[in-house]
Amino acid sequence: MKRIEAAFAGGLTLPTHKSVSSEETAPQVPLPERLFLPLQQHIGLPAEPLVEVGERVRKGQPIAQPGGYVSLPLHASTSGRVADIGDYPVPHQDIRSAPCIVIEADGEDRWHDIQPTPAFEEVEPMRLQHLIRECGIAGLGGAGFPTHVKVREGVENAVDTLIINGVECEPYITCDDRLIREKAHYVVAGTRMIAHAVQARRSIIAVEEDMPEAAAALERHLSDDVELVSVQTRYPAGGEKQLVQTLTGKEVPSGGLAIHVGVIVHNVATAAAVYRAVTRGEPMVSRYVTVTGDVRRPRNLQVLLGTPVADCLRLCEGRDYEQGRIVVGGPMMGSRLHDNRVPVTKTVNCILVRDAPKPEPEQPCIRCGRCMEACPVQLMPQELHRLIRHGDLDGARALHLFDCIECGCCAYVCPSYIPLVRDYRLAKAEIAERERRREGADRARARFVARERRLRRERNRELGELPSASQQEKAAYVQEAVARARRHRNERPPGNG
Amino acid sequence: MKFPRSRDPRPAGPPARDVQAIDALLPQTQCGRCGYGGCLPYAQAIAAGQADIDRCPPGGDATIAALARLLGREPPPLAAECGVPPPGPQTAAIDEAQCIGCTLCIRACPVDAIVGAQGQLHAVLPDACTGCGLCVAPCPVDCVRIEPPAVSVHAPVLGTLASDAPA
Repeated sequence: MKRIEAAFAGGLTLPTHKSVSSEETAPQVPLPERLFLPLQQHIGLPAEPLVEVGERVRKGQPIAQPGGYVSLPLHASTSGRVADIGDYPVPHQDIRSAPCIVIEADGEDRWHDIQPTPAFEEVEPMRLQHLIRECGIAGLGGAGFPTHVKVREGVENAVDTLIINGVECEPYITCDDRLIREKAHYVVAGTRMIAHAVQARRSIIAVEEDMPEAAAALERHLSDDVELVSVQTRYPAGGEKQLVQTLTGKEVPSGGLAIHVGVIVHNVATAAAVYRAVTRGEPMVSRYVTVTGDVRRPRNLQVLLGTPVADCLRLCEGRDYEQGRIVVGGPMMGSRLHDNRVPVTKTVNCILVRDAPKPEPEQPCIRCGRCMEACPVQLMPQELHRLIRHGDLDGARALHLFDCIECGCCAYVCPSYIPLVRDYRLAKAEIAERERRREGADRARARFVARERRLRRERNRELGELPSASQQEKAAYVQEAVARARRHRNERPPGNG
Repeated sequence: MKFPRSRDPRPAGPPARDVQAIDALLPQTQCGRCGYGGCLPYAQAIAAGQADIDRCPPGGDATIAALARLLGREPPPLAAECGVPPPGPQTAAIDEAQCIGCTLCIRACPVDAIVGAQGQLHAVLPDACTGCGLCVAPCPVDCVRIEPPAVSVHAPVLGTLASDAPA
């Protein structure tokens, strides 16, 4: 195993709070009475229901189909009856409820008919991509990008290096650590499968240096085809672009993606999910979740997707928490839940119970530059702040606002307690909204002009007078049609009609 | 030495007469509340000096400010006779149970955002509808309402990865 220093600018060394939850074996959460499965658990378009209320479903049965290319099917995570399809609370920062399929469990947890794919090395890489999509696999690292899209783009961009990301750099979160310790074989075998699907020449599994047990577990299953690297603990070393830079020395260009420098990155849990999909045909129906912070028994759980967060908390001897104390994700990038009834989805990696830090009154920016030193993307947070507060969103965009990964380092070190990341998020959303509005206006303008033209034509026809331009156009059109017919006749083989 | 200072730093003389530049700043709702037959006719009237820049309720203060910047003037308040700005983005919706298929709303729509035929149920194309409200009054059975559009849960597509992808 190779040890390697984090090789990106900025970043922070944070108190990790990991050992409180990382040492206990992750139990399965008992089957809840009802599971709430949002149609959208990934980036892209939501899935579209395939079932109706009242229908019986089995575990792993597809209950919704992808709503487009960047979309995924959804599967029942246990057997039972579809109790409802409608809006229910979802774990999302900006919205409170979204369409969900609710399954009333029958307690039997009976599997749908699923088929393994034997000898994956002999299978067409394309078929593996399809399988990954059919099994509903989204990136389990947090962002939830549909895995098949990444794989396909990787193939098209001829990536040569596959990185399996176990660098769980945010404080408190230990679900990847636990997964590796308990299912190292899945991760290593899944790595080989993804490597085959993207036809990578080099495969690297990366963990953080404070995960020695996980590294040891992986090492037991490795051979020469997969490298294991342990990365220095520095936030955000597990960020995709930061990790690519650390491991390969290549910097992802502004506005670009890892695949543009020949690298594809997947999370360790995604690799394990691919292993299940290939060896058993098992779709994504569960995941590891860290439950930590202010609970009496912080630990990891194996959770069926759709299980209410409240059930997970109960198993970790948490109380019935008052609203607003629960964060989904880590303390740096996580979002505070509005409602504890929300379910665990594909992107919920951690449930952190923690009081909201007392909001310190915001002070003016003193231009100390600490944010700039902390920024792993080498942006100028203080300048972005100034421009956004002055309403100059175009200026902020020119200073690469959209390269911000929202890691929170700048806001963490800011001595004036300026909520920088919140501002960047709002500014990004505002720019996107303006863009959307502009596109809508362009569309409306084109339709209005086309309609005016049509109305004018109709009016002219009623009056029985065609403008001379139109006469010419008509003559040209007829000529063109005649020429086309002639060509067509000449091309036709003789004797055929 | 002191530079002579004019009272008004903005250039005197006629305002910019570029119809396209003015039209680009209008919201393209095509509601006609300005008193002209759509955003382009209004832009033409502004460019010709026949209309003031204070007549667009859907654009509101933001549009007036942008027009004022373009034309080098002070932004006036919205003209009261044109109406009040809508509370947010709007879209038309047809109550399917009530629609009698009379096509009056289809003919009123300035952007051809309603589909249907005589005696057939009509439907609004949400992506094309500007929420101008011109379809509401012609309906003989009052089955068209103007409401905020359905919100999408996540931004539909993120980043170049998705937008470059084949559909």
